[in-house]
Amino acid sequence: MAKGYETVIGLEVHVELKTESKIFCSCSTVFGAEPNTQVCPICSGFPGMLPVLNARVVELAIKAGLALNCEIADYCKFDRKNYFYPDLPKAYQISQYDLPICKRGCLEIDADGQKKTIGITRAHIEEDAGKLVHQGDITSSPFSLVDLNRSGVPLLEIVSEPDMRTAQEARTYVEKLRSILLFAGVSDCRMQEGSLRCDANVSVRPVGQKELGTRAEIKNLNSFRSLEKAIEYEAKRQIFDIEDGVEIVQETRTWDEEKQTTRSMRSKEEAHDYRYFPDPDLPPLKIGKDWIETLRGSLPELPDQAQERLIRDFNLPLYDAVIITSSPEYLAFFDDCVKLYSDAKVVSNWMMGELNKVLNQNNMEISDCKIRPNALARMLELIDEGTISGKMAKTVFEEMFASGKEADLIIKEKGLVQISDEETLKKLINDIVVQNPKVVEDYKNGKKKAAGFFVGQVMKATKGQANPALLNSLLEERLQKEL
Amino acid sequence: MSLSIKEVEHIALLARLKLTDDEKERFSQQLSSILNYADKLKELATDDVLPLEHILPIYNVFRDDKIQPGSLREDILSNAPVLQEGQYKVPRIM
Amino acid sequence: MELYQLSLHELQDILKKQDSSSEEIVLSILKRIKLVEDNVKAFVTLDEELAIEKARKCDQEKDYTGISGIPYALKDLICTRGMRTTCSSHMMENFVPTYDATVAAKLKEAKGILLGKLNMDEFAMGSSTENSAFYPTRNPWDLERVPGGSSGGSAAAVAADEAPFALGTDTGGSIRQPASYCGIVGLKPTYGRVSRSGVVAFASSLDQVGVLSKNVRDCAIILNIIAGHDPLDSTSVNVDFPDYTESLSTDIKGLKIAYPQEYFQQGVDEEIKEVVKKALLKYEEMGAVVEEVSLPHSEYALAAYFLVSTAEASANLARFDGVRYGIRDLEAENVVEMFSNTRAAGFGDEVKRRIMLGTYALSSGYYDAYYLKALKVRRLISNDFEKIFKDFDIIVSPTTPTTAFKLGEQNDNPLTLYMNDILTVPINLAGLPGMSVPCGFAAGLPVGMQIIARPFDEAAIIRAAYAYEQYTDHHTVKPLLGVKENG
Repeated sequence: MAKGYETVIGLEVHVELKTESKIFCSCSTVFGAEPNTQVCPICSGFPGMLPVLNARVVELAIKAGLALNCEIADYCKFDRKNYFYPDLPKAYQISQYDLPICKRGCLEIDADGQKKTIGITRAHIEEDAGKLVHQGDITSSPFSLVDLNRSGVPLLEIVSEPDMRTAQEARTYVEKLRSILLFAGVSDCRMQEGSLRCDANVSVRPVGQKELGTRAEIKNLNSFRSLEKAIEYEAKRQIFDIEDGVEIVQETRTWDEEKQTTRSMRSKEEAHDYRYFPDPDLPPLKIGKDWIETLRGSLPELPDQAQERLIRDFNLPLYDAVIITSSPEYLAFFDDCVKLYSDAKVVSNWMMGELNKVLNQNNMEISDCKIRPNALARMLELIDEGTISGKMAKTVFEEMFASGKEADLIIKEKGLVQISDEETLKKLINDIVVQNPKVVEDYKNGKKKAAGFFVGQVMKATKGQANPALLNSLLEERLQKEL
Repeated sequence: MSLSIKEVEHIALLARLKLTDDEKERFSQQLSSILNYADKLKELATDDVLPLEHILPIYNVFRDDKIQPGSLREDILSNAPVLQEGQYKVPRIM
Repeated sequence: MELYQLSLHELQDILKKQDSSSEEIVLSILKRIKLVEDNVKAFVTLDEELAIEKARKCDQEKDYTGISGIPYALKDLICTRGMRTTCSSHMMENFVPTYDATVAAKLKEAKGILLGKLNMDEFAMGSSTENSAFYPTRNPWDLERVPGGSSGGSAAAVAADEAPFALGTDTGGSIRQPASYCGIVGLKPTYGRVSRSGVVAFASSLDQVGVLSKNVRDCAIILNIIAGHDPLDSTSVNVDFPDYTESLSTDIKGLKIAYPQEYFQQGVDEEIKEVVKKALLKYEEMGAVVEEVSLPHSEYALAAYFLVSTAEASANLARFDGVRYGIRDLEAENVVEMFSNTRAAGFGDEVKRRIMLGTYALSSGYYDAYYLKALKVRRLISNDFEKIFKDFDIIVSPTTPTTAFKLGEQNDNPLTLYMNDILTVPINLAGLPGMSVPCGFAAGLPVGMQIIARPFDEAAIIRAAYAYEQYTDHHTVKPLLGVKENG
C-alpha cells in the first residue's frame, strides 16, 4: 500500500439459497445438469407464465438476516429490474429494490487479532439469470449459447457497508459471512459452483480524508485468492492514476485472472437505467413477529457462539477457534474428536495443520474426508501411548486419509511400531559411538551439535522407528561416559 | 412536455427498438402529445396519497418448495429460432 | 332456427334432450363460419378437423353435462397447447405453446370444443382490432365499422353467430367496449377472480380474462367454469365463489343503483346518454332505487391508465427478444442489434408506441412525475368507487362514449382513439368487475350499458343484468350481416 492512502472496500455477495426448487417455479436447482434440462415455461420466460414464490426462499432469507443481526422488514415487496441480456429470459430480473427483506445488520471479523465490526447495509431476495457459454473470451466469441438451468435459482444479495480497509479484511469478511451462512443452513456457499459470488466496490482516499473516493465495482471474483489479488491490484491502479493526475471514474471493472489485472467493462452503448417498478404479478410480503421468532428459535449455534464456547470450554486461542468454526462440519469434527481425546489443543493443531493441508491439496471438503473424528482421536492416543512417534504419525495420517484405514491397522501392516526397548537402543547407540571416534572428539571439544549426528544415525538404522524421547535421554547418558 | 428526437433515440435504445427516422419523428410528436395529456395529473395534489401498488389486499402467496419435473428439452426448445447443442444460440455479445 | 343461432344454454338443452348431436352443432357453426368469415374476419386460426373429431367423441360418450360438446373460441393471446397463439402479432406468427392457459385448460376439461383462435389488436393494444398484424375484423352490424377492441374478434364472432361464446381479455375495456359495439354481453370479472396464467400479459395489474356471450345466463355459466383460485397465478384470489346461475333472478326490488354524473359528460354521445338513461328508468320501474352520484377523479383515469398500463407493458413485452421463441433477425451482427432489429420487425406501430411511452414513464428522472404519480391517482380513483359502494350495490353507466366507428376513421391521432376507453378504464384501475349489456340502439348500432359492482360481487352484476335483459328485448335483435341466409 502506497503511503498516505487508505483503501475502502465494500462487498456485494450473492449466495444461492438452499432450496430444492427454484424461486418462482418447481424446477430443480441441482447443480451440473445437462443444459436446458431443468427448465420450464416459467423460468424460461414464456408468454403468459407467472411467478409463484417459494416459501422456503423467504424462510431462508429471514434466517440469514437473523444470523447477520439484521432487522427483518415487516413489509416488503418484489420489483422488476429491467435490462436486456440473452441469459435473462423475461428481460427483467425479479428482485427487491427499495424494500429489502433484511437491513442494517453486521458481523464481526478478526482483523490482526482485533475484533472489527463490518456493517451490512441490506440483504435482498432475487432470482438468478441463466448461463452464457462463449467460445473462448466473451469479447471475441462469434456467438454464445444460452443455458437456462440456473435461471430462477433463488439468491440472497448481501451488501456490506464500505467498512473494510485491506484485501485481507475483505477476505476475512467473506470467510466469516460464509461460515455464518453455512452454520445457519441457508446456503452451501460453494464458490467453485457459483453458489457464492462476490463483487467488490473499491476506492482509495488520502489518509484522514472523510469523503469516500470514486469507486470501481469489480466483478468476476471467483475465489478468495482472486478477491484479494483484485482488490490489491485495483487499489494500486487507482493510487497510480491519482498520482498521475488521472481522474478515477465510477465504473464496472472485471478481474482478468490470466493477466492478474482489472479492466474496464464500460460500454458506450448506454448508461444503465434499470427502471425498477413493483412487480404486479407478486403480492407483497407481510412478515409477522411470530414468524420471525419461530425462525430465530430454529437457528443452530452460529460461529461467534461456537468460538466463544471453544475458547471458554477448551481454552483454545481465538485464532484456532476461528478456523475450527469455518464450517459446521469442521466444528462437528472437532467436537466429536474431543469427546474421545481430551487434549483440545492437540486436536486443533492436527486439524489446522495436517488435516487442512491434505484437504486443500485434494480440494476436498471435510465431509468428503475418509478420516473420521474417532479415527483421529485413536491415532492421537497411539502417539501418547508411545506406540508411534509424532513424525511417524504424519505418515500414518496420510495413509489414513488415502485409504480410510484405522491407524492401528496401518501400523501393523507397515510394521511402524516405535522402538522403545532400552536395551535395543543402548546397543545401537553404543555401536555408533564406537564406530565414530572423530565425532565423539568433536563433542568432547564442546561441539554439542555433534549429538544430532548420533540421533540421525540411530534413526537411520531403525528406519525412524526409535522412540525419539528415549533415544535422546539414552544418548546423553552414553555420551556423558566419554567426558 | 415535449420529447426530442434525442430522447426518443435514448428510450428506443433502452427498449431495444430500432426506429426509422420517420418513426422517430412521428413518435416524438405523438408521445409529446400523450405526455401533455398525462400532465393533467399534475393538477392533483397527491403528496399525502400512497401509491397503489397492488389492488388486491393479499399477502404472502407461496408455493411449497417441491420439485416437479420441468419441460422436456425438445418441447421447451421447439419454438427457438436458432439452437446449438441443446442451447439457444445468440450472436456475439460485445 | 339454425343451430348456430342458438345460445350456449339453448344448445345445452338440445344436447341434453339429444335433439341434435354435438357434431351437428359443430358442423352448423362451421358452415356459418364459412359463410360469413370472409366478411367478418374474426378468426386467426380455425381447426375444423379437431373440432369435428372432438364433437364425435362427445357424441360417442353421450356426455352432455356442463358445456360438453359445445363449441367456443378464444382470443388469440390465451395460450393453447399445440395450437398456434399469435397475439395477432408478426412477432408470434408461428408460436405454438407447449402449455394451456388455465382458462383454456378449464374449458377443455369441461369438454367444450375449441374451434380456434380469435383476432385482436396486437398484444391487446387497441380499441378497434385494426391493430391486428394480419387483418382488421369487421363489425357484424355494419361491415364498414370496427367491432371494437382489443377483443374484437371475440365480440364479432359471437355477434355473427360464429361461436356461441368466446373468451377475451380486458385491460382497459377490451371486453366491454367490443361487446358494446357488437351488441352482446361482455364481462370483465374482478381482478383476481380468474387466473391469468398462460394469458399473454399486456398490463399485469389490470388484465383480466372474461366472457363474451349472447346473453347473461351464458355468461354466468362460463364464469362458473373459469372463476377460482389457481396455484399458478399469485394474484388469483383464494376465496369461494357462488354458483353464478343462482343470481339469474328477475327480482331486483330495492337494488341500489348509482349513476355517476361524470360518465354522462366527457364527450358521451347524446343518443347514448338517452338510451342508458331510459335503461335507468326501466330499473326504477322494476323497483330499483336509482340515484346520481359523483366519481370526482374520473377525468384523470385515462391518463393514469395510460401510464400504468404502458409501463407494465414495456416490461411484459421485453421478453420478445428473438432468443427463445418468435421471429428473429438472423442477419444481426451482435446481440444488441439482434434484439433491436427483431423487435422493430416483430411489433406493429401501436405496440412500439406504447412500449416507448411505458419505458419513458419508468425511466430515470421521470418515474416520480409519471409512473408514481399515476399510482397515486389510481388510489384516488379506487377510493372514489369504494365510497360509492358503501351506499350502492351497483353503478350503471354507458360502456362507451360512441357507437362503433368506421374503419380507418380514428387512425390519425392515437389520443382520440384512446378516448374510446374513457368510461371503462377506471374500472380496471380499481380492479372492479364490470359488464357491458346490450341496452338499445343509436342510429341502428348497438349501445352497451356498463354495470359495475364491488370487488368479487359479480353476482350483483349478473342479477341486475339478467333482470334488465328479461325485462327488455334488445338482446334478441341480431345483425343482418349483409349476407343472405344460406346464400
